Amino acid sequence: MDQVVIANRLSDGVVVFLAAAPGSARGEWMLRLEDASVARDDARAQEILALGLASARDRNEVIDPYLIDVEQTPSGLRPTRYRELIRAFGPTVRQDLGKQAGSGEV
Amino acid sequence: MYQYDEFDHALVQDRVTQFRRQVERRLAGELTEDQFRPLRLMNGLYLQLHAYMLRVAIPYGTLDSRQMRKLAYIARRYDKGYGHFTTRQNLQYNWPKLEETPDILAELAEVEMHAIQTSGNCIRNVTSDQYAGAAEGEIEDPRIWCEIIRQWSTLHPEFSFLPRKFKIAVTGSEHDRAAVKVHDIGLIMRRDGSGQAGFEVIVGGGLGRTPFIGKTIRGFLPKEHLLSYLEAILRVYNQLGRRDNKFKARIKVTVHETGAEEFTRLVDEEWAAMGDTAPKLPKQEVDRIARYFEPPAFRALPKAAPASEARAKSDPGFAAWVRHNVSPHKISGYAIANISLKPVGKPPGDATAEQMDAVADLADGFSFGEIRVTHAQNLVLPHVERESLPVLYDGLVAAGLAASNIGLLSDIIACPGLDYCALANARSIPIAERITERFADRDRLELIGEMQIKISGCINACGHHHVGHIGILGVDRKGEEHYQVQIGGSATEDAALGRILGRGFSADEVVDVVEKIVDTYLERRTQGESFIETYRRIGQDPFKERVYGTA
Repeated sequence: MDQVVIANRLSDGVVVFLAAAPGSARGEWMLRLEDASVARDDARAQEILALGLASARDRNEVIDPYLIDVEQTPSGLRPTRYRELIRAFGPTVRQDLGKQAGSGEV
Repeated sequence: MYQYDEFDHALVQDRVTQFRRQVERRLAGELTEDQFRPLRLMNGLYLQLHAYMLRVAIPYGTLDSRQMRKLAYIARRYDKGYGHFTTRQNLQYNWPKLEETPDILAELAEVEMHAIQTSGNCIRNVTSDQYAGAAEGEIEDPRIWCEIIRQWSTLHPEFSFLPRKFKIAVTGSEHDRAAVKVHDIGLIMRRDGSGQAGFEVIVGGGLGRTPFIGKTIRGFLPKEHLLSYLEAILRVYNQLGRRDNKFKARIKVTVHETGAEEFTRLVDEEWAAMGDTAPKLPKQEVDRIARYFEPPAFRALPKAAPASEARAKSDPGFAAWVRHNVSPHKISGYAIANISLKPVGKPPGDATAEQMDAVADLADGFSFGEIRVTHAQNLVLPHVERESLPVLYDGLVAAGLAASNIGLLSDIIACPGLDYCALANARSIPIAERITERFADRDRLELIGEMQIKISGCINACGHHHVGHIGILGVDRKGEEHYQVQIGGSATEDAALGRILGRGFSADEVVDVVEKIVDTYLERRTQGESFIETYRRIGQDPFKERVYGTA
């Protein structure tokens, strides 16, 4: 299963996803799931998770980074669990809030 | 209502300053998340799915227009333009930034508000009857006693590290609007044979994964002994309460495992042993607190309200609002006006900043500036002249706050669920929205009559599903949202826990199930019989048969 690293940004709690080129010493936290680095095997998943944990531990950039399962769908990259789907896009009862609202967010 | 004295002000201001420094240290990396988490929780700041969440205490659900305007301002300035009123009579912001939270707390402190004791294993914000000081037949305004408990319990050193959180609810009326029997301690004001006021003391109620209706451990406690007796209960709990297992740490489990009789004996023993160390409640101090809750300057009004009555005759919408949202007031010519936060197809308990401002204005115009929050996630203007009801109603219509459904099926309690909450297993709000859409027709709602549906998105039961006439619990079944349905619960003076109907349902099925339960009730009820009465008469089987097609 493909995986990405998800976390909450420390300063404002916003959900972020890790992007890091293979072999890089540190990653960058992205606001949009489609900008995340997708690990296609376990070794790569452990590599990006380690970068995420280091970001939380050493630089206090985020809280509680962990791996989530994702899949490519016709509408783009999507978490497979609905909990993470809601996390990645926003409350299903307020389409005007969260990442799903895009730049038009309230 | 209560006004802060210099000590209250200093305490809250000091806390803001302290938390500001703690946040600075966290942002600078001087504190780890593990070190910081308990500090932020002590200031009501949680981390949820999408962002932080700040829970603001509204002591015993009472606030004034100035405070409501501040809540609106914070929603606009620091959050996303709305707030969520909870079953604990509090307000939650769903999108505050950590770096701005000290500023939010400073704003709150300006209007004598804070987020202290809205989290953690301490005595939480005390809850009460939203009709306090306005209800007919009330023995005393319970908020006097809530405030006394608040002052006693605020940062109480002995009770700041309890085995688990601790919730106290107080009512001064016989009809229980505060769900006191499902609190760690429930207090109901009573009179003894000689007419003295005191409390029935109920201990060990609670919901969550192990629900219990509380047990009465003292039928009548003279009110001057309230604090010493509460202290005795807390001491016994602090000693006996389990700390090995979070799920068995609430006092309900202590009372259950110890036995109510033995627990009562231990409390009485502790109480007797206090002697001179017992906290005292001198009459002078009670009187001082009571003065804050003296009734506003009610006018002498005639009983009749001709303008209101004429409007009701000509406007069915207004008439329905009066029928369902207006309750009798203890003073002739006045009424209690409920503001429903349950419009069709919207999240229960949410209010926009504009709506909060509108409520503040209407409170100033018609209710001496006073507002209440209910545990059913609605608002109340407690003291409205009957003749002003039409103008108030027009103001509520303009603000989108005129849903006329208090106590009806669409007046649903729902926790935030998986749309926001990190603990949830399933969504609650969309189920509530779809039920209100299915039952949007007013005639049908009125035909059904009193009906309480309560929805929780996980076993922690913030949505009170155990005590719903119909209770719905969201669970995760192999990665899918799934819903258990139970019926027969009640949260009032006849408190009861519902019983699970049978196997659970998908999100798509659950609204149909509610409809089948309601239809069964409508077919089987006798003249004037409420849902809960019918259920108690005919039992669960007829409902089960209808829902599952077999006995």
